[in-house]
Amino acid sequence: MSTTSVLYDVPGPRAKRRVLIFSVLTGLALLAGLALVAMRLDDQNQFAAEKWAPLFDPTDAQFPLVWQRIGTALGATLTAAALAMVFSLVIGTLLAVTRVTAARWYRWAVVGLVELLRGIPVVVAIFFAARVLPTLGADMDPMWYLVIGLTLYNSVVIAEIVRAGINSLPRGQQEAAASLGLTRGQVLRMVLLPQAFRAMLPALISQLVVVLKDTSLGFIISYEELVRVAGQIKEVLGNPIQTYLLIAIIFIVLNYALSRLAVYTERRLSQGKKTARTKDGRAATLPATTGTGAVGS
Amino acid sequence: MNVILDNFAQYRDGFLTTLEFCAYAFVGALVLGTVIAAFRVSPVPPLRWVGTSYVNVFRNCPLTVVLFFCAFGLPEIGVNGLYFWFGVAALVLYTAAFVCEAIRAGINSVPAGQAEAARAVGLTFTQSLSSIILPQALRTVVPPLGSVIIAMVKNSAIAGAFGVGGDLFAVSDTLTSSRGEAILPVLIGVTIGYLILTIPGGMLLNLLERKVAIAR
Repeated sequence: MSTTSVLYDVPGPRAKRRVLIFSVLTGLALLAGLALVAMRLDDQNQFAAEKWAPLFDPTDAQFPLVWQRIGTALGATLTAAALAMVFSLVIGTLLAVTRVTAARWYRWAVVGLVELLRGIPVVVAIFFAARVLPTLGADMDPMWYLVIGLTLYNSVVIAEIVRAGINSLPRGQQEAAASLGLTRGQVLRMVLLPQAFRAMLPALISQLVVVLKDTSLGFIISYEELVRVAGQIKEVLGNPIQTYLLIAIIFIVLNYALSRLAVYTERRLSQGKKTARTKDGRAATLPATTGTGAVGS
Repeated sequence: MNVILDNFAQYRDGFLTTLEFCAYAFVGALVLGTVIAAFRVSPVPPLRWVGTSYVNVFRNCPLTVVLFFCAFGLPEIGVNGLYFWFGVAALVLYTAAFVCEAIRAGINSVPAGQAEAARAVGLTFTQSLSSIILPQALRTVVPPLGSVIIAMVKNSAIAGAFGVGGDLFAVSDTLTSSRGEAILPVLIGVTIGYLILTIPGGMLLNLLERKVAIAR
């Protein structure tokens, strides 16, 4: 907000009046648009109680059953997201760390892997896991195919985040640690990684939003997560608009909370640095890692 | 590997459908995203609220849900059409939120002094935005916007996963279920198809990034 307000002066009385007029006009246009949509919905009988009550009215006979299904599905969604995130974090960190330290051929192999997996749609990765692994004799619960597919894609994304985090540290950190006689492994484990993770935390949380959204792709491999269960509910109740609205609200609330957490962590981290370091007036050196990684599906 | 060569025509058609699908979505998302970004920086509060809510809703909602909403919800209120266009609509709505954020970040990256100077010589909001801020912002916007577009190409596979009809991802289904081909080579072919789009896309992006980069 601080920079956008530079685009125009602090409004004077005339500009204020103009803004007010525009506000009223857009407000009216918005209301008109909403009214049109509402009329259309009403025309098609979308406000009928039997379409909403099973989802939103606790006194409805079907309400407990529907919400039991949704609760289980939400659990399944969260489990898959959490597992995929943990695996991606471990594998991604290993990839990034070994890429920094290992031999040249290995570095090239990792770069190739990263480029390859980043270029494939997640849905193809999940489909791959679900269709190819069984033909190789690995028969598992659908959840694991989803987790494997998500991990394939997200571990390389996280590897890039970790690498950026390590590269963002001042060289002096590594040199000082090495001059103390720490081995390469110790330098990474005791000096670089803890600082890198601190700087990366907001980006990692943003990536969690991506993972959570991508679990919805479980529907193509019959994993009983939110979107698939929503499909079953709308088949029974015949109310796709209302059911998907509810599912959308659940996802938006969860992900919005996560994004706020990312922003909050970022603010906290930069605050912590300020109080810890800026006694001599020097700004913190770690670049902010805002969640640009979050553009992935 | 014979599967890929034998069914080359299928793959080619799927590839072209994906390309067509993405081209429509690209134009739509760019236009809608720019409009929403303009909303988000405008001096009129209701427009800002609309912009902010739009971004918060569509950035936090899985594309799958947006897609189902379009595909199953719109026919309920009497909007009928080809599934292809529902897919395009969903991808446009979803991607526009990310386009908007990329553009807004670009606008925010233009030094405040530029806008102040524009104000000082008496340019209006529209003038300073169109002839001072946006031309500079566009350069910063290119890299994140490019990533958004590449992500969009990959997301088009989600629309294909349940039937845009004959796009690259759907080819795998056609070949395995109706012709009984082995899944592994078929999927490798599909993967190559997407890589043809995404990897050169990434390279082009790097090139462009270096070309438009300005020292700041």
